[in-house]
Amino acid sequence: MRLAVVVWAIGRNTLTDLVRQKVFYFLLIFALLVIGNSAFIAKLSFQEQFQMLKDISLGAMSVFSSLLAILATANFLPKDMEDRTIYTILAKPVPRHCYLLGKLCGILALLAIAILLMSGLFLGVLWLGESTALAETRAQFASASPEDLALAIKEVTASTFNANLLPGILIIFIKAALLASLTLFISTFATSSIFTILMAVALYFIGHLQATAREYWLSGVDVDWWSRLLTAIVALLFPDLQAFNLTDDIIAGTAISLKLFLGTAALGGIYIAVYFALSAFVFSGREL
Amino acid sequence: MKWRQVAAVLLLALCGAAMLPLQGRLASAAQAAHFRKTSLDIGLRERIGQAGFLAALSGFRSPLAAILWIEAHSAWENTEWGRMAGLFDTVTTLQPRSLTYWDMASWHMAWNASIAALQNEKQPSEALRIKAQREYIHLGRDFLERGIKNNPDRYQLYLQLAVLLRDKLEDHCAASESFAKAASFPDAPSYAARFAGYELAKCPGRERDAYEKLRALWVQGEKQRLPSLINLLRDMEIRLDIPADERIDSTPAFRQN
Repeated sequence: MRLAVVVWAIGRNTLTDLVRQKVFYFLLIFALLVIGNSAFIAKLSFQEQFQMLKDISLGAMSVFSSLLAILATANFLPKDMEDRTIYTILAKPVPRHCYLLGKLCGILALLAIAILLMSGLFLGVLWLGESTALAETRAQFASASPEDLALAIKEVTASTFNANLLPGILIIFIKAALLASLTLFISTFATSSIFTILMAVALYFIGHLQATAREYWLSGVDVDWWSRLLTAIVALLFPDLQAFNLTDDIIAGTAISLKLFLGTAALGGIYIAVYFALSAFVFSGREL
Repeated sequence: MKWRQVAAVLLLALCGAAMLPLQGRLASAAQAAHFRKTSLDIGLRERIGQAGFLAALSGFRSPLAAILWIEAHSAWENTEWGRMAGLFDTVTTLQPRSLTYWDMASWHMAWNASIAALQNEKQPSEALRIKAQREYIHLGRDFLERGIKNNPDRYQLYLQLAVLLRDKLEDHCAASESFAKAASFPDAPSYAARFAGYELAKCPGRERDAYEKLRALWVQGEKQRLPSLINLLRDMEIRLDIPADERIDSTPAFRQN
């Protein structure tokens, strides 16, 4: 119980500190992208407009949340050491893993707030677009039969909001949380925040190739031993980030089953737990 | 490297090995549910360049597709049909599950580009203009057929293919098949089945079959009994020499109406 209070206090302070660093200003760029995009594509058909809006908004949401996860996590340990706040905290009866957990919780809270705000903005613009398209459709079909009107309305609503967008947004959050946890692991043995950021970005790209490397390795293709060794290393040491890229197909209208969503969320949860446990393990022996 | 770091890397590899079955199962489940079907191969790499390919690999397929679509729209405004076709090809490769992209790409090619080719003042030969027109129509058909291959679980592209076969190629037999395929989906609009019958009625040698199908629709009730259906049935009854007591006008259901 006492440790939970400690984690809560560190998490809250981390979130407050990050908010004070004005990280939410990136939302202005997101808003500009979403609203500006809507204005720019106004001359396209409504199906194209909604497709573009979803493509750009969810893509931007994924970019911003991934960047935020990496940058916010990579910065905190060197900053706390530079400010010497880490010594003040760890001089008290605070286990090192609680310190890391509190920091991670604070960053996850920041990511959750950022994704909630971006989702709210995106869904608001989508709703406005849908209302406009529905009003235009009703006016155009004023003299048509009720069946034709119902079909036209169904066409508009089918291309705007669908319930699958919500699990898609949750998966963006899980991927960002995974990246935060991975960056935390790197930062426990890194010597500078630049090294941590560079490593995390490199792992981000390699992680997207992990699925290809895994398939290549497990298919047992007859190639050089060193080639197989390399793919095995990638498959074993790096996270499968492609597993979290479901939003591209969700935007295109592919329905996500509960089983697939829970499986993906579970995989994300395992990665987060593993990276956190390894971070705590390495950090517990680090000389400060 | 300290022993803790070495141990952490080894533990990470162990955890990675333990997670392999879950990763494999998830990848199979995702493929079965039509996720992650895009093939990011060397052909795509050549078309979108290194930066684009990196973006596509990093999970930004959909924003990249959106940007290329806007570029294709600019090409349309400048009537650069060839460039448009290339961009559409890339966009549909990046987002093969997006019906909008397949549908619009086909429409631009089979309708806009084909008409533009036919009216091309720079081409003095009418035969070559017609040839170009046919090529664009077939390009439009190809987009829809590839779209169907990537989206066999949705009816919309079957409908669009049927419309193209009917209006642009006047292949009524194939159009009927495509409408019928669309109608077989539970969420398809009710007109798909009627249109399948109308097209079958224009398919040489299939008139009797068409009559049976249209009559079966008529029997279904009020929702299908539209003036076009009734008029066509009457016309076919005369052409097929259906006995007077079997015609729709003589049925109790019709008399009640």
